[in-house]
Amino acid sequence: MTAFKISSGNAIKLSIQDNVNTDYIISGRYKFRIQDPKELSKYIFEDIDPTLSAKINQGDFIVAGRNFGCGSSREQAPVALKAKGISAIIAKSFARIFYRNAMNIGLPMIECDTDSIDGGNALTLDFEKSKLFNNTKKIEIKINPISKTMKIFLENDGVINYFKKYKGLKIEA
Amino acid sequence: MGKTISEKILSIHSGKDVHANEVVVCKIDFCFSQDGTSGILIDSFNKLEANKIFDNKKFCMVIDHSAPSPNMGTSQIHKKMRDFIKKYKVKLFEIGCGVCHHIIPEYGYVKPGMLVIGADSHTCTYGALNAFSTGMGSTDVAIGVASGTNWFKVPETTKIIVNGKLKKGTFSKDLILFIIGKLTADGCTYHSTEFYGETIRNLSMDARFTISNMAVEMGAKTGIIEADKITWNWFKSHKIKVNKKSAVYADKDATYINTIEFNASKIKPMVAKPHTVDNVDLAENLEDIKIDQAFLGTCTNGRLEDLIIAAKILKTHSINSRVKFIVAPASKMIYLKAIKLGIIELFIKRGIAIVAPGCGPCVGTHNGIPADGENVISTANRNFKGRMGNSNANIYLASPATVVASAIKGKITTPQRFL
Repeated sequence: MTAFKISSGNAIKLSIQDNVNTDYIISGRYKFRIQDPKELSKYIFEDIDPTLSAKINQGDFIVAGRNFGCGSSREQAPVALKAKGISAIIAKSFARIFYRNAMNIGLPMIECDTDSIDGGNALTLDFEKSKLFNNTKKIEIKINPISKTMKIFLENDGVINYFKKYKGLKIEA
Repeated sequence: MGKTISEKILSIHSGKDVHANEVVVCKIDFCFSQDGTSGILIDSFNKLEANKIFDNKKFCMVIDHSAPSPNMGTSQIHKKMRDFIKKYKVKLFEIGCGVCHHIIPEYGYVKPGMLVIGADSHTCTYGALNAFSTGMGSTDVAIGVASGTNWFKVPETTKIIVNGKLKKGTFSKDLILFIIGKLTADGCTYHSTEFYGETIRNLSMDARFTISNMAVEMGAKTGIIEADKITWNWFKSHKIKVNKKSAVYADKDATYINTIEFNASKIKPMVAKPHTVDNVDLAENLEDIKIDQAFLGTCTNGRLEDLIIAAKILKTHSINSRVKFIVAPASKMIYLKAIKLGIIELFIKRGIAIVAPGCGPCVGTHNGIPADGENVISTANRNFKGRMGNSNANIYLASPATVVASAIKGKITTPQRFL
């Protein structure tokens, strides 16, 4: 685990909060046409707000409500978010397939009550200590425990490195 | 301690006695990917440096999402898939074969009690055949392809019991839309769902596939139905050998996180309104909504029974001149059967555009992208904004009967009077 030990950036609060599906994260019309993740990342959230991608900076956090990443299993969704340089996705809850996909490529996800975060708030995430701070409001936000599996995969920067290192999957609990 | 169907299947495949919330590594019986997910799967497989497939008979690829290719980018992905299958000697279902979720069962790859993973969220469809089948991302399936295993968190199970007779004009699609409306888009997140009751037992296999297919629209990992006479007859009619002992039933004392009962006789034709699947309403409440395009097809409702229902109505009715109507049979086999039954000829005479078996316009890459402001009524499973390729169009989801009735009237209509 390196880059995301401690990360800071601004909150990008989506205009649609609940049930942000993977079609919204990256539309089906781009996932077939564009293979390059960096190029793909220019079109994230286009169907929610076509101007949003250009406003997101390296290190920013995506902030959403319930069931983030529902719908299609497209791995292009977390891949494009990671290519954009997102530090982590902070949501009230995540849909299952997206959750696995993001974990598998080493994109951190934090579950918490996101109501106290406003768009543009400066946030700091200390992943190792499982602490999230809203620097603008000078408060700590209580987050749900990070699962053991997610920690293992993120420490190895994704499941592929983990798999190669341990010659298979060894995680059981 | 009793077990649910999921707990049993995951216990058998992990060689351990496991219950909900445990994390286990399981052996996979079958896995696959489609053209929207195969590009990353191949990249991930190569990065894993496994250099071999765990069993080339237990993995296949399907070109269905954007088939035939509408642009150069997609053509490159299709070529990448063709090169991969040649190298590793795995089965590829080419353009025109049909939707993965219909052809994979149709070719006998899925049987009761199996553990199946697919790089497509609607892999939960095979729960209708009493399998634990679930959608995953490309890298997850690549791990399955390389090692024949993957990790699973054993899901808690929501038990859904449906009793009562479905009314005339009301089908399994109406039932599952009704259930999703009640339980919401994340009502079963990370759960397995098991469907029981006389209504489910009386559904044909085609109708059951519709139910299991949409379990993921409530966040569920899979949607399992017990194997019974209808299941065994389905295998027999498809000439697929199956051992009845492979069926998995839940223990009487299994633990469910929720048990929810519904009365099917009270359900009316339903429609999911834009832009979420759980935004359901009665079709009769939406009768002033004009329709510009109708679509019959997909892994939800592109099966023979669905085409037969449509044909029955269209035999004596014409489509409204302002409606564009597209049909995509779910597979080549269904297409051929529909030709023999005269259904395709009727559709063509009614002005319907038949597109190649596959996902059709559902994924928004080709075959019928709506214009700005247009309303589409579709038998698909998703109506997200932009899903069909234009975020300024509106998608309404309904049963094949409601879709056809609405195409005849040119606005959303309940189908009873046409049946």
